[in-house]
Amino acid sequence: MKKKIALNEAIAKIEDGMTLMIGGFLGCGTPEAMIDALVESGKKDLTIICNDTSFVDRGIGKLIVSQQVKKVMTSHIGTNKETGRQMNEGLMEVDLVPQGTLAEQVRAGGAGLGGVLTPIGIGTPVEEGKTIIELNGEKFILAEGLKADVALIFGSIVDEKGNVYYNKTTRNFNPLMATAAEVVICEAEKIVKTGEIDPHQVMTPGIFVNYVVEGVN
Amino acid sequence: MNYKELVANRVAKEFKDGDLVNLGIGLPTMVADFVSDDIEVIFHSENGFVGLGGAPEEGQEDKDLVNAGSMPATILEGGMFFDSAMSFSIIRGGHLDATVLGALQVDEKGNLANWKIPGKLVPGMGGAMDLVGGAKQVIVAMMHTAKGNHKIMKECTLPLTGAGKVDKIITEMGVLEVTDKGLLLTEYNPEFTIDQIQEATEATLIVSDNLIKMV
Repeated sequence: MKKKIALNEAIAKIEDGMTLMIGGFLGCGTPEAMIDALVESGKKDLTIICNDTSFVDRGIGKLIVSQQVKKVMTSHIGTNKETGRQMNEGLMEVDLVPQGTLAEQVRAGGAGLGGVLTPIGIGTPVEEGKTIIELNGEKFILAEGLKADVALIFGSIVDEKGNVYYNKTTRNFNPLMATAAEVVICEAEKIVKTGEIDPHQVMTPGIFVNYVVEGVN
Repeated sequence: MNYKELVANRVAKEFKDGDLVNLGIGLPTMVADFVSDDIEVIFHSENGFVGLGGAPEEGQEDKDLVNAGSMPATILEGGMFFDSAMSFSIIRGGHLDATVLGALQVDEKGNLANWKIPGKLVPGMGGAMDLVGGAKQVIVAMMHTAKGNHKIMKECTLPLTGAGKVDKIITEMGVLEVTDKGLLLTEYNPEFTIDQIQEATEATLIVSDNLIKMV
């Protein structure tokens, strides 16, 4: 199966109102070319699940600035003042989640689990409205598994079968999100022939990746 | 040494050889510069690696290697990268010996508030809730007051980051331990009198029988 497609074909998989997971940590390891193309496409009412909303001029931040996002589920918005502004003016819903909980929710979604029980957030505003489960005398928040229509991830080296190698701190949420969406599109910094990545070095198995797009440097 | 360096220097004395530690942004980051050469302390960076080193030299920055504040970073020999689920398994799972964070408010019950000022500032909690909830020792490192306003409270008025999780508060005025009876002043900076330290603290301090100078 041929997985390499053009940038515009990748963006065509995304429809208004869809839920997207987008990899990256403050812009590091984020699929920048796909985000730029998505901004250009004008697709709207998106729900984004991501670690943070980056900066106004970088990564996911650009989607917020262009007002294509209806709701964002994330752990940190402090580096993008536009996220705060849209939240305060009621233009966008922001669901703030502890970073480790968000990671586990994505992992659970991709692993076929209904959710996980975490003690993080007990006794804080995070527990409000959540199901609390007591186990052996300790309280836990039930954090539901998350899934998305499309995951946009970034890989440093990707082969034609979609096997991914992440360089250094670009890994972050990318391998988790690769497991948790109906359609997974990986933007590759570098595409290599199948077999060029040692099977031991594969960090996201190609079986999770539906399409590969060449990044723009 | 200025006050921030004084705090960072004192925090660094909390660690023992082989400890795995996560430092927050700002003053806590300075702690790394004061760790004794006699011990090895390993730093965890929640964006996905262990073995965080100092900032790279100019021109040596690597776009793929940043710290949790998105600043260029380095990794030391023996370090390793991982994904966010692994990073927070380390934090939440009790594998992190200590975390050092700043605070907007901290109180005598060990409650910490540092992620939200309703109606004014909502940066989000990032990894702070996991760090406060999961690290074996939670150390708050900060200036004792903010523009004359109390930060060490009887009870936090801002939304909490963690409930009853703080072990120790280290400021330019002294070292406070969170105990069942309240905040125990164990060390003080002789630049200040005990009365001045109490005045700068909303909670009532218990002065240790074994009170010593922090500098």
